[in-house]
Amino acid sequence: MSKSFRPDVDAPEWRGGYTPYDIIKEGTIALVVVAVLTVALALIFSSPDEHAVTIKTWSNATPVDFAQTALSELNGTSGTAQYGAPYNTASDGQKLGPLSLAKWVGVHQPVNTIQDFVIDPLTALPDQSALTQALDAWRGATASTRSGWVDNYTKAATQMTYAHGQIVVPATNAGPVPLFINDLTMMARSGALDQALVTQHGFYTTNYTKPLLFLSDGSYLASLAQKDHLLGTQWGMMNETGSYPGQAWLWLYTFWYQVTPFSTSANADVQVWGVMMLLSVVLLFVPFIPGLRSIPRKTRVYRLIWREHYQNL
Amino acid sequence: MTTEIDRQWTTRLRRRAEGKLPPEKLLPDTQPSYVSSWIYVFGVTTLAALMVVIATGCVLAIFGPQWWHTSSFGHFVNSLHLWSVEIFFFAMVIHLWGKFFMASWRGGRTLTWMTGVVTFLTSIATAFTGYASQSNFDSQWITTQAKDGINSTGAGAIFNVLNLGQMLMWHIVLLPLAAVVLTALHVLMVRVKGVVPPFADEKVEAAR
Repeated sequence: MSKSFRPDVDAPEWRGGYTPYDIIKEGTIALVVVAVLTVALALIFSSPDEHAVTIKTWSNATPVDFAQTALSELNGTSGTAQYGAPYNTASDGQKLGPLSLAKWVGVHQPVNTIQDFVIDPLTALPDQSALTQALDAWRGATASTRSGWVDNYTKAATQMTYAHGQIVVPATNAGPVPLFINDLTMMARSGALDQALVTQHGFYTTNYTKPLLFLSDGSYLASLAQKDHLLGTQWGMMNETGSYPGQAWLWLYTFWYQVTPFSTSANADVQVWGVMMLLSVVLLFVPFIPGLRSIPRKTRVYRLIWREHYQNL
Repeated sequence: MTTEIDRQWTTRLRRRAEGKLPPEKLLPDTQPSYVSSWIYVFGVTTLAALMVVIATGCVLAIFGPQWWHTSSFGHFVNSLHLWSVEIFFFAMVIHLWGKFFMASWRGGRTLTWMTGVVTFLTSIATAFTGYASQSNFDSQWITTQAKDGINSTGAGAIFNVLNLGQMLMWHIVLLPLAAVVLTALHVLMVRVKGVVPPFADEKVEAAR
């Protein structure tokens, strides 16, 4: 072996013996074993399939939560309304140090929560004269008048209840807003809002961005997720409903969300992604990184792997 | 003397392929005697699981994305798909760690290591888009949570996890294609370069 031989980069030339090896037989046996194991696991454990939550089921289960969420879409306090890119320009979004990556890329899935989640669906309701007048009043009002109505309703909505099939708040000068919230809740409870949110671009669609954003702005979806141990603080989305392994390979990604500084950071998502990108690049370039590429040789785990080889030397 | 046939692209490619990967390397009937550890099982297990994943995914594709919600046989096929994916990742992760502790990039095998890592990352993305395409409560929750991470990097502008159609296309066309091509490259590189030999034994080397 020459003096320039680098043990973590170069491999010694093999001058030892060879043994018979039937690669096709090995592959066939592996395929049969994996197929049988897969069938056995599928028969024993099946797979989870909880029905999707609809806005209809949400608004019927917790009408006040739905109505409060609808109000947050109207008064601009919902998660989506304040999100920033790629949905709107309401905020700068998360920052990686000084870098506002999402803001730089800009708005590419535009969502106007007032228009898309409240006004447009209500406009689609046919033959509702009171609602039509309310919508005309809204469209004809100045921005400050609309803002005053929404502010007054938001204050009164702290005492919001649901009684006799109606959303009830104390009387206040809120213009058409009480009718909007009540009619939108009725629309949601009938199932019509589910359809209105996915058919805004025509008959065929496979894009559920708007209904999913609306759903995630409420607390109902999260309350169901909490019961299934799916919240971020419960190792989040690497799990799935029921007692299934889920995406266990995401453990490291999910791990960062459980520890400081990420668990308390307002920029946790982009920071965790930054860490994972960095670690992925490190893993990719391990063969070139001095010190890191020496770990296998120095830990000597290889002596366990090639135990027979070293015993026979 | 070089003939016109010698200069053809086809001829050159074939000769280059034959030189790099003669039949006895592509389908060997012997292997170095150091290849005798249980850890070697996990590479071929990963490949076998990938075949089952693709086969079960093709059955799901034949009947469409809603089928498995309404048919008990469809649900069983979905279960096969899920568990073959779990086996695939289990085997792949052990294979990866095994190869790390063998320093399997040695001896000109750097690209073999790198294609393996990229295949691993591509597989994670493929599995994620599968979870996002389930069209049930799991996919609702997973996508509404995952969107924040992806959006925060700016990638949400073109990769909208809330768009079921887009996620399904990535899951059944783009990412599997990438994973299969990368896997094929990885396996061919293993066949070209062979399995990495053990580290030299320090005592034997010192005695020389």
